[in-house]
Amino acid sequence: MDVFLWVIVPYLCLATFVVGHFWRYRYDKFGWTTRSSQLYEDRLLRLGSPLFHFGMLGVVGGHVLGLLVPQSWTDALGVSHETYHVVAVIGGLVAGLMAVVGMAILIYRRRTVGPVFSATTVMDKVMYAFLAVVIVLGMWNTIAGSILTVGGEYNYREGVSVWYRSFLAFQPDASLMADAPIGFQLHALVAFGLFALWPFTRLVHVFSAPVGYLTRPYIVYRSRDPKLGSRRQRRGWERVG
Amino acid sequence: MRVMAQMAMVMNLDKCIGCHTCSVTCKQAWTNRTGTEYVWFNNVETRPGQGYPRRYEDQEEWRGGWELNKRGRLALKAGGRLRKLATIFSNPKMPSIQDYYEPWTYDYATLTDAPAQEHTPVARPKSLISGKDMKIEWSSNWDDNLGGSAATALNDPVLRKVSDQVRMEFEQTFMFYLPRICEHCLNPSCAASCPSGAIYKRTEDGVVLVDQDRCRGWRMCVSGCPYKKVYFNHRTGKAEKCTFCFPRVEVGLPTVCAETCVGRLRYIGLVLYDADRVLAAASTPDEHDLYEAQRSVLLDPNDPEVVREAERAGIPHDWVRAAQRSPVHALINTYKVALPLHPEYRTMPMVWYIPPLSPVVDVVRDTGEDAEDSGNLFAAIDALRIPVEYLAELFTAGDVAPVERVLKRLAAMRAYMRDINLGRDPDASIPASVGMEEEQVYDMYRLLALAKYDERYVIPPAHAEQAHSLEEIATECALDYEGGPGMSGPFGEGSGALTPIAVENFQMLQDRQTADSLAAPADKTARVNLLNWDGKGSPRGLFPPRPDDAGSPEHPDGADQR
Repeated sequence: MDVFLWVIVPYLCLATFVVGHFWRYRYDKFGWTTRSSQLYEDRLLRLGSPLFHFGMLGVVGGHVLGLLVPQSWTDALGVSHETYHVVAVIGGLVAGLMAVVGMAILIYRRRTVGPVFSATTVMDKVMYAFLAVVIVLGMWNTIAGSILTVGGEYNYREGVSVWYRSFLAFQPDASLMADAPIGFQLHALVAFGLFALWPFTRLVHVFSAPVGYLTRPYIVYRSRDPKLGSRRQRRGWERVG
Repeated sequence: MRVMAQMAMVMNLDKCIGCHTCSVTCKQAWTNRTGTEYVWFNNVETRPGQGYPRRYEDQEEWRGGWELNKRGRLALKAGGRLRKLATIFSNPKMPSIQDYYEPWTYDYATLTDAPAQEHTPVARPKSLISGKDMKIEWSSNWDDNLGGSAATALNDPVLRKVSDQVRMEFEQTFMFYLPRICEHCLNPSCAASCPSGAIYKRTEDGVVLVDQDRCRGWRMCVSGCPYKKVYFNHRTGKAEKCTFCFPRVEVGLPTVCAETCVGRLRYIGLVLYDADRVLAAASTPDEHDLYEAQRSVLLDPNDPEVVREAERAGIPHDWVRAAQRSPVHALINTYKVALPLHPEYRTMPMVWYIPPLSPVVDVVRDTGEDAEDSGNLFAAIDALRIPVEYLAELFTAGDVAPVERVLKRLAAMRAYMRDINLGRDPDASIPASVGMEEEQVYDMYRLLALAKYDERYVIPPAHAEQAHSLEEIATECALDYEGGPGMSGPFGEGSGALTPIAVENFQMLQDRQTADSLAAPADKTARVNLLNWDGKGSPRGLFPPRPDDAGSPEHPDGADQR
């Protein structure tokens, strides 16, 4: 059971995530968009969307720090366990609260504003459900696990994080995860579900974050030559010259 | 010198009767799809008026286009790259659907389905955004012909720049129409605003296009364009804009709006410009100098050095020849009667306008004086500050002098040609008073009044040897692209491969134009308009002809048998 939950399922999800993105990009570049609904409604979005997105950027940064940076590295830098804990909890709380509040506003908006609701696809709804559960479980882990220490203290940097790195290194150690508190287990499982859904939702827009804008020239010139029409070349026919 | 070719347009506003045919045909061709109900690549505004979207010209509010920053460098008015990325989650300057208008349809079924009743059933307006009943309060041309302008015209940002006193008498003095399409700027701020780099300027003909596969729906182009001519398709989540009908232009046909223009007021042609000088021209410190700066970026295609440089830059020889014959170049730089729309946005727009003389003529005529006499007209141009200042706010960043010069040239042409038409001796002093030769005035008259199709539209087709690199080639079977028509992916109608709309439209139009009969051309692809078919029988053209039927008299009326 442990192997199934903490080895097979995660890898299946990871594979779906990677292959799914590859397929979606090849097949559906036209559908690869944020599908913004700002045109319909502005007031709530102006509040909710930046809150949520900046909160999520913080959350993702925190996860990178917590999951990918081994405890030995921060120890080597002379960061004590307590200092790390305080920074992580405060940072996590702030970012998490922003994300939760933002998400609440966005979901409220999506449900109550008519045009936005009617532009919501089934995939969006499923995605929202997964996303909300993951975020709420994450907040629960931060508040209940790290602050209130419900069910005893748990240092995820010796358990979940190590497992996650072993998972990425393709030498997964399922026992580390099996010993983790139920909150962390659920958070990880639902998150993997979300990752499996990811390429088939509008979340793909995360991977087109336009950082290239910072360096490219303002005006893009393109010749019509490199693109060979809107239809593909016939198989077996090569372009000469 | 780096010579580039630009497909440009000139519109002669004196001839625009505000019939909206350009808007309607453009919409039929390009934006009659869900998600683009509110989108008009071409729209016609009554000026003074608020325009579409409402008050788009108020750049202090919308922050579109470029400005000079404190160091005198050209910068996006809405903020640079970092600022764009920081506000990417909610674009603070994005117009909402209410700033355009909420598109609607009518519940027509009620008209036929309603049971017998005392009162006539009505078709209620239904919002195309929410699907609910709605109250129609605005549209893309709600203030057409100054309708309701007593209440709304004062919101016109251009009118506000003209002094207070002017406003009150304004409505009695003049009104004109302003058809607008994308300006296909030399320095497009929409492209500069696009975080994904999806908007590009085509090197061959300067058309500004949105790559639908690269657009990620960040919406920065919508707010970045000061003319608000990039639109957000709310179904596909991608930006769309006027394409200068590139599938038509590539085969030498004018754009749909120009082709169908009833007043024949549009001119299409090439201009050659020096790409190295664009930035400097757009950075001209004084706004009043921008018109001249923009004109000076355009090169003289008859200059041998320009021709040499153009050929070195890979511009085909027939394109250079077309640039020499270009009516657009003639109107901008030879006769100097065409002006750019809002040069103060510093985008170097490439749709130019000949300002209307009619407001002046109308006033003179209403006073009972001779409205074709150059003296009267010149005096009126000097005296009528209101329309001239208004036109100057539109076309020369408020500088009255160039507008006056143009209007006087038009007035001079009018007076000079009257003498000729009445069989009197032409008066050489009239052209001289506006700095033109007699011959030149006559040529300008020919171009403005008589020019035929092939003189108004000098469009060199893309080269045949490059035919396979045309983005939407229109010479093969229209359905011969991957997936076929009507394919929709698992992510809704907006996903999957892009359907080239232009291909089918183009082919249908071409067949109709080159056919001898109005319907079901025998020698062309057989087509039938299903909208007109009552469902009875099988009209000719509904099915492709069978080989053994050829020549048999299947239609007793024989009307379309040849």
